[in-house]
Amino acid sequence: MADLAIRLRGVVKRYGAITAVDGLDLDVPEGTCVGLLGPNGAGKSTTMRLLTAQAIADEGELEVLGFRLPEESKQARAQCGVVPQLDNLDTTLTVEQNLLVFAHLYRIERSERREAIERALEMSKLVGRRDARVDKLSGGMRRRLLIARALVHRPRLALLDEPTVGLDPQVRQELWALIDALRSEGTTILMSTHYIEEAQRLADTVLIMSHGSAVAAGPPSDLVLEHAGHEVLEVYGPPARLAEVEAEAGAAGMRTRRTGTSISILGVDGTNGFTIDGERRPANLEDVFVLLTGEEIA
Amino acid sequence: MATAEARGAHLGRLERSALTGVLVREAVNYSSYWKSSTFSSTVEPTIYLLAFGFGFGSLVSTIGGYDYVDFVGTGTVATAVLFSSAFPAMFGTFVKYQFQRTYDAILAAPVDTEELVTAEALWIATRAGVYGCVPMLVAMVFGLDPSWGMLAVPFIGWVAGFGWACFGISIAGYAKSFENFNYVVSAVLTPLFLLAGSFFPLDNFPQWAQVLANLNPLHHCVVLVRHAVFGWDGWKDLARLGALAVFGLLVWRIAIHAMTRKLID
Repeated sequence: MADLAIRLRGVVKRYGAITAVDGLDLDVPEGTCVGLLGPNGAGKSTTMRLLTAQAIADEGELEVLGFRLPEESKQARAQCGVVPQLDNLDTTLTVEQNLLVFAHLYRIERSERREAIERALEMSKLVGRRDARVDKLSGGMRRRLLIARALVHRPRLALLDEPTVGLDPQVRQELWALIDALRSEGTTILMSTHYIEEAQRLADTVLIMSHGSAVAAGPPSDLVLEHAGHEVLEVYGPPARLAEVEAEAGAAGMRTRRTGTSISILGVDGTNGFTIDGERRPANLEDVFVLLTGEEIA
Repeated sequence: MATAEARGAHLGRLERSALTGVLVREAVNYSSYWKSSTFSSTVEPTIYLLAFGFGFGSLVSTIGGYDYVDFVGTGTVATAVLFSSAFPAMFGTFVKYQFQRTYDAILAAPVDTEELVTAEALWIATRAGVYGCVPMLVAMVFGLDPSWGMLAVPFIGWVAGFGWACFGISIAGYAKSFENFNYVVSAVLTPLFLLAGSFFPLDNFPQWAQVLANLNPLHHCVVLVRHAVFGWDGWKDLARLGALAVFGLLVWRIAIHAMTRKLID
């Protein structure tokens, strides 16, 4: 088995009466991309902060790149790149100055600094904007710079906290290409997201979090198969009808989930005796996500 | 799984490369705002000097054996040091963690809170040491005679500035909001700044007030600068320098404690 870039066992983090992370186990094998998927408030961001020792766990074991946290966190951080959820670039500096500062913070040798900055500019396609001040950049460019800044020292492990949150679809796809390129170079990636499509496209394995702990883990396709089967029957109708369908499917031992305007009956593969009319479609990760993390918005 | 030892040397506390990283960030940022910062650091003490120097100077020509302009010109060095250390430290620190989240970005790199706070204080202290000399230079235009001791003034400003920078960082670390700063400015900084001996000597104050003045680091800074320019007072000045150093070390540790509480959950 490959070495683990991240290994968490029974990690607990409390804020007063709130338990943000509640007995979390997490394995990220080196060279893979793991998606941390969960609704808002599931504990994804707290988990990310624990990995850089910006939050200290109350219980449990944490190892990052073989270093024990929090004692050896600095060594681990030297080989990690962190893309925060909230933009914290120096807005009055230029693109290149932002990269220069982090080339220093990540201790890149003087002789290699120039080259590292050029590589980061090229990777993020910001070569033409190197002298532009950050506050003059578009939202997408700022995100690309935020990622380039985290990768300037070629980290072994990239921690991406909601890397595409709040961006339009075009920009999101651009960033996916960037993250995918990083993955194909062999960088280990842990990415938190609440966009299902993002996890499905980029992650080798997905860990679904709810209320601070893992409720399922595995490759996206396996999770879909295990929890939602091959096909889903989607039934539309007025709320009263949906409630009826829900009861009927429940009586037949089928799992269902609400989708707002319809109800989805999961795992209808080869169910012939089933009489309810609806549209059949392939099961997807969203079905699993809603099934496992609950339909109520906390 | 490889052990930590096999993966590189243990990284210690207060590493030079971590301090350098934070200092580089400040220096690069400074290149984008040095004009406004230099303007305010120069104009403010100049106004104090002109207002007090010519206002009081027309009523009293000498004070404590000094020309009044010389007295105020050297005294306001401490004012300039305070204004260019405690205030930027307080507001800058608050803005950087609360609004710009700069510290989140820095602490995700191999930099610890102790290194972050230390480097920020070193940077502010250096600026305070330089800007602190401005009133003295302005006073020279108005007739203050040059002396060799003046070369020690940036150093005195640096030591005092380090303490006031750490003081400002501590306040920012404990403050819940910007409004909290009002209490500190009104109740702490203003009295300390007026009762430091910058504008009038403390000799006419009651004995207890003069004893209390020795607890005011700004007062030691004022006296040390004056003695640097007009002549040293031996052991007493060394003791004053020691007092400034103790003040600096004490608030340095407090600042680290305050910011660790703030930045690490």
